[in-house]
Amino acid sequence: MKILTEHIEVPGIETIDVYRKHGGYQAVEKALKKMTPDEVTEEVKKSGLRGRGGAGFPVGMKWSFLAKPEGVPRYLVCNADESEPGTFKDHYLMWKSPHTLIEGMIVSSFALGANTSYIYVRGELMYVIHILEKAIQEAYDKGLLGKNILGSGYDLDLYVQSGGGAYICGEETALLESLEGKRGNPRNKPPFPAVKGLWQCPTVVNNVESIAATSWIVNNGGDAYAQIGVGRSTGTKLISASGHIRKPGVYEIPLGITVEDFIYSDEWCGGIRDGHKLKAVVAGGSSVPILPAEMILTTATGEKRLMTYESLSDGGFATGTMLGSGGFIVMDETTCIVHNTLTFARFYHHESCGQCSPCREGTGWMDKVIKRIELGQGRKEDIDLLVDVAKKIEGNTICPLGDAAAWPVSAAIRHFRDEFEWHIEHPELATQPGAVYMRPGASWSN
Amino acid sequence: MKVTIDNITLEVEPGTTIMQAARMIGPEIAPPAMCYYEPLKGTGGKCRGCLVKVTAGSEKDPRPMPKLVPSCITTVQDGMIVENTINEQVLETRKGIVEFLLLNHPLDCPVCDQAGECHLQDFSFEHGVSSTRTVEDRNTFEPVDLGPYIKLNMNRCILCYRCVYAADQLTEGRVHGVMHRGDHAEISTYIEKAIDNDFSGNVIDVCPVGALTDRTYRFKSRVWFSKPEDAHCDCDKCSGNVTLWYRGDEVIRVTGRKNEWGEVKEFICNTCRFERKKTSDWVIEGPTKIARHSVISANKYGANLIQPSFSIKQAALAYKLIDDDRDRSFLPAKKSLPSSEKK
Repeated sequence: MKILTEHIEVPGIETIDVYRKHGGYQAVEKALKKMTPDEVTEEVKKSGLRGRGGAGFPVGMKWSFLAKPEGVPRYLVCNADESEPGTFKDHYLMWKSPHTLIEGMIVSSFALGANTSYIYVRGELMYVIHILEKAIQEAYDKGLLGKNILGSGYDLDLYVQSGGGAYICGEETALLESLEGKRGNPRNKPPFPAVKGLWQCPTVVNNVESIAATSWIVNNGGDAYAQIGVGRSTGTKLISASGHIRKPGVYEIPLGITVEDFIYSDEWCGGIRDGHKLKAVVAGGSSVPILPAEMILTTATGEKRLMTYESLSDGGFATGTMLGSGGFIVMDETTCIVHNTLTFARFYHHESCGQCSPCREGTGWMDKVIKRIELGQGRKEDIDLLVDVAKKIEGNTICPLGDAAAWPVSAAIRHFRDEFEWHIEHPELATQPGAVYMRPGASWSN
Repeated sequence: MKVTIDNITLEVEPGTTIMQAARMIGPEIAPPAMCYYEPLKGTGGKCRGCLVKVTAGSEKDPRPMPKLVPSCITTVQDGMIVENTINEQVLETRKGIVEFLLLNHPLDCPVCDQAGECHLQDFSFEHGVSSTRTVEDRNTFEPVDLGPYIKLNMNRCILCYRCVYAADQLTEGRVHGVMHRGDHAEISTYIEKAIDNDFSGNVIDVCPVGALTDRTYRFKSRVWFSKPEDAHCDCDKCSGNVTLWYRGDEVIRVTGRKNEWGEVKEFICNTCRFERKKTSDWVIEGPTKIARHSVISANKYGANLIQPSFSIKQAALAYKLIDDDRDRSFLPAKKSLPSSEKK
């Protein structure tokens, strides 16, 4: 079942004519001519679509929180600042099929009553920005954007804004600050963007994938979308699979397939490369907790783990992780978890905005301590120190970047403590090039 | 609106923040503030030193808030119950915040002009731990002169953004700001341009640490050797209400007058601050009231100038004798009360 990527391999799908030939912009015609904004919102609510950017907050509910005071403009902002290490799905979608996003933007803006909408794209993706701008121009030329769209009386202007390449600008309030032309520092919440967002006006910020999915929902109805998936995880999800698998890439999966299927079936990742053995998986982008092989395949209760929001977070962080943004990083037995954790910690150290003290100082501290362990100069107390520092960052920061920095470190220690201890106790072995700790009885391959 | 902070209940106006309500009770209850500065709009929420636990959100919705909340920017709801000094999690987190703030701080108090009136010193003394867990190198910067009056020592900065807000709100056109990100972020001017504005000197007063100091006062004295006197003058730019800091007969420094939370009451101009350093320039009003616990008041004013605070008064009112009617006949008859009960 494919919703977003059904026609993505069709040659020329990035042009409006080919896109319309494959059923494109039907949702715009249906929504603007036959439906009211509230009906569109209602369909999205019925679909159970959840935010695809990471937090998984229901999109329909987010839309219904939007304040609608008289005489104040409302905005829809598409968060295309995809910078989470391990996640590259939005990039793929916008690059291959920009009109999917634009169609979703028109439908969503109509539902929210926004007459100006923005797509905030990560600065590194300049060529994607060019593709989007070309596609937007095509849509203007066909009367799908601008004044009086398709004669419905609804006006919409759509702009693409390039970011400067900072990870923090993917946080919605930092994104809004950046969009206003200021330094991308997250704002204190409340007030939430739904009340005071862009230019202090009510604003909805949604991920590319969430917005793109709304046009299918309008076409086929919210109930049809809710049929796909399991429980509260409805619909399909783009998963960016990377790491030591045979077939890395972006896959659109119906939520609810088993993790085992996703890793080993030939339809998706195709198994671990060269007959190696699975060691660990980071299931939702670098900020979610890492899980060792035995825990990612089965839940705490011994059932097979599914690719859903609920199943992946089963048992909290003690035994679970998060679906997050769908950055599925697979590691085989040749991966050094300490080194991997260092890479993540270094990233968050580099990307912390420096506004609030726990994150600003804590990320740097964790980076330095893990680096010390990796270089064979770790002290026995360093492991507990890391756990404590992570605990003191978590939940005490302005925005979720602090949590995102703390979770991978505390999870790596929770599940791979022996590996950290080995680095500290045997620095002469651990600092050998390519050295990886093998648990007693473990082997390199099947 | 009713709010309960550390079991003390008081009535406040709608829109009051938890911090403001706690300050009404008294300094024992008020959370520490490193970045929040009441006279400057928009400050707060950054240092996380004032995080408190809300155990009941409001009368209507008495669920506890899941995370600790910054008290300086969280407004109270009717029936809110807040725990500050009596909550273990809050105190533990605060220890962590002190540790984070000191992580890249040079701890050069012996040569820092701010020592004695430094909020970071107070904060770490009151809430920190006595030992350190760090062995890492600290991030270092070179001290920079921002024009003829202001010295920037970035090593000491805790990035509270107060000076940025001060420049935004007091001067026309801010010329300094925060550059870079994370722990390598720094306060800086555009290509080391001088800060040159009639009210720029106020960034020195709002700085909670010794990152921005007065170049005309540099290394002149320790604050606890100087004696503060309130004074005023006719100034066409500002109110002219200042505090003069004397060493002997010499005015070594002029600052704005500060309230008990270390916040400037009226911002003063650079002429008053940097140029008028003779007693003849001023009309002296008398010694400045300084909190008794402050190192500045050490050995100066013997009498206690501070009245018992609200919380102590309230505690005295709420004091009840223990209702104890157990049989005590077997005890030897009391001749006199032990000295501890006499009071």
